[in-house]
Amino acid sequence: MKQVFSRPESLKDIQTHFCPGCHHGSVHRLAAEAMDEFGVRGETIGVASVGCSVFLYGYFDVDVIEAPHGRAPAVATGAKRARPDRIVFSYQGDGDLAAIGTAEIIHAANRGEDITVIFVNNTTYGMTGGQMAPTTMVGQKTSTSPYGRDHSKDGYPIRMAELLAQLEGVGFSARVAVNSPKNVMQAKKLMKTAFRYQVEKKGFAFIEVLAACPTNWGMNPLAANQRVGDEMVPYFPLGVYRNTANL
Amino acid sequence: MEAGLSTKLFVKGNEAVAMASVEAGCRYYFGYPITPQSDIPEYLSRELPRLGGEFIQAESEIGAINMLLGASATGVRCMTSSSGPGISLKQEGISYMAGSELPGVIVDIMRQGPGLGGIDASQADYWQATRGGGHGGYRIIVLAPASVQEMYDLTMLAFDLSDIYRIPAMVLADSVIGQMKESLVANPRPVATLPAKDWAVRGRGEGQLQQVVKSLKLGDGEMEAHHWKMHARYQELADAECRWEELQTDDATLIVTAFGSVARIARTAVAMARAEGMQVGLLRPITLFPFPSKAYADLSTRCKRFLDIELSTGQMVDDVRLSVARDTEVDFYGRPPGAGSLPTPEELFEQIAKNYRR
Amino acid sequence: MRHDVFISGYGGQGVLLAGNLLSYAAIHEGNNVSFFPAYGVEKRGGSAMCTIVFAEGDTGSPVVGHPSVALILNQLSFDKYAAKIKPGGVCVVNSTLVDSTTLDLPDVRIIKVPMNQIALDLGDVRMVNMVACGAYGAATGALSLASMGEALKKALPERNHRLIPANIKAMEAGAAAALV
Repeated sequence: MKQVFSRPESLKDIQTHFCPGCHHGSVHRLAAEAMDEFGVRGETIGVASVGCSVFLYGYFDVDVIEAPHGRAPAVATGAKRARPDRIVFSYQGDGDLAAIGTAEIIHAANRGEDITVIFVNNTTYGMTGGQMAPTTMVGQKTSTSPYGRDHSKDGYPIRMAELLAQLEGVGFSARVAVNSPKNVMQAKKLMKTAFRYQVEKKGFAFIEVLAACPTNWGMNPLAANQRVGDEMVPYFPLGVYRNTANL
Repeated sequence: MEAGLSTKLFVKGNEAVAMASVEAGCRYYFGYPITPQSDIPEYLSRELPRLGGEFIQAESEIGAINMLLGASATGVRCMTSSSGPGISLKQEGISYMAGSELPGVIVDIMRQGPGLGGIDASQADYWQATRGGGHGGYRIIVLAPASVQEMYDLTMLAFDLSDIYRIPAMVLADSVIGQMKESLVANPRPVATLPAKDWAVRGRGEGQLQQVVKSLKLGDGEMEAHHWKMHARYQELADAECRWEELQTDDATLIVTAFGSVARIARTAVAMARAEGMQVGLLRPITLFPFPSKAYADLSTRCKRFLDIELSTGQMVDDVRLSVARDTEVDFYGRPPGAGSLPTPEELFEQIAKNYRR
Repeated sequence: MRHDVFISGYGGQGVLLAGNLLSYAAIHEGNNVSFFPAYGVEKRGGSAMCTIVFAEGDTGSPVVGHPSVALILNQLSFDKYAAKIKPGGVCVVNSTLVDSTTLDLPDVRIIKVPMNQIALDLGDVRMVNMVACGAYGAATGALSLASMGEALKKALPERNHRLIPANIKAMEAGAAAALV
């Protein structure tokens, strides 16, 4: 019988701690599949950030460095410069990458560091209990925006994929979602491209993944999944914003 | 005479640090410009690319210390340098490095503070350096050079101690030592037995165990055990690695104690006192952490008067008082940092004479 | 023997180069050396100063409160620092620019050398620092002109080595003037 589905080798055979309906598991899987595809599991160094993805080392079967909050692109820079023959990726949430770590991501991107950055945007601080994130939608209620995000005081959600695409140092910048089979297929393809950039030494690659956080959104998994398509995608359009090597 | 000119170099303290880091095998430097230490990144931005290394001028001190963390986690020797305001920003990363047991060398050429302060020499970051500086309760190795030669020698030692004990190491000096030029013998890297960095992440390879460098410790009792392990390691460090210099302490009835630049100035003041027939000696700690408490304890069994001198209102004096025998008098003379506050040997001589005759 | 010398003048008079030169000469003669620089706020026109301590053994403090020898290249430096010279000390002044009668220094030997004039006569006023170094050597006997000549190779960047003979002439002229 032909096996059509199995756990990627780059993932451990362990149950994750993620909440029901959380998209982190899917994003982990897509990243692991890309590593398997290029056969780089044994030469990859992952950089974990602070947030729900801090347990990266528990799920990926690769070497991992844990970075301080927001600093993963700087840590990845140090690791990649010291070991340029290794595949180095960071995996960061929206609070980590687009708030406290804004300087680190912009300058790592601008230097054109040969790393892959996976950015999970679920419009909230998941691990600390659903506070307002830089990507929280206008009007979205969170534990620190109980009346809804007010753009006159809190500003607007940041579109990181578009912002980074403006930088000359960036090779690849794209936004995907994992809320439907069609979107998952597209995400799988572009996740591969984000790693291919590094494998072929074509420069800095950034992939933003729109993701659901049912627990902190106060929704059931299906409703949360629905919200990604209905509310997030119109504001955070999916697509490839920069692809200098046409990979 | 020709030999003298060829074997002795004439370089700035900051340059000696940079040269020593290269000799020690460091090929990765991450930093951000700040006076009075910019000679270090300037030197290394020129030299490291030629040696196949990497120099990055980071977007901030925070960026720089985290690049150090990332590079160190892969097992290479690496260094960053800064001064007060930048060292404050680095504390986050230093805490994570301490928590992850990562080696790495941090050079702090102190300037006056708090805040932006100014660029004049200071010793007011003694507490920040020797008490860990960041959150969580940890210590780092702190070495205090008092000459350009020591800037060179102690930088090399910092790399070795940091690798051996898996504790970040700081070279703590100020603009007097960093900016002055002195004759230097560029000694080759000392032979040291260094442990294998079998903890480093390198890409796990096929069949090898996964390596994780992290400071997160959530298991029941895991963090407590870490603290006790490090506590024991700090003790081991104190037992084996304390370094200090004594000058004319044998018959001294007053011992002057100071570190770094002030120790240099005090050296001449002590010589002036000796010339006047006063039985005065000098005790200069070279390692500030571990602090050479035993040297103070031993000397204070026979000399009951100490005079601690610092470019602050008194920080190291705490450690001196904790170290000496209970019946010892510890006096203090300080010049808090700032333009015009650097004492002269004549000024320190007066203080010595005043305390000696009292 | 421990020697110290303080050099002060306008930025642009080559004070730091003079300090470097004396340092290299002292190393050439087998000494340990400390060179402690201090700068004015301005890059040009502000005051520039440095202290050099050299000794066969320990150089001790790089900071000197009361120098035994001072090379004073402008009036501002004379007015500000000459009174700090140790009793029995030596003050070599650039008498082209400095009126040394503004202070009464009975315990200091003042040696007047028209440094700017000598440098101008030799073709370039920028050699004023070389004239000062030569005068220092002759006035104190602490370092030989031969060592200073050797030191030029280290103190000057390679591209300026063609100027070494002219600089040696300036030192010799400074030395001769100090002995008058």
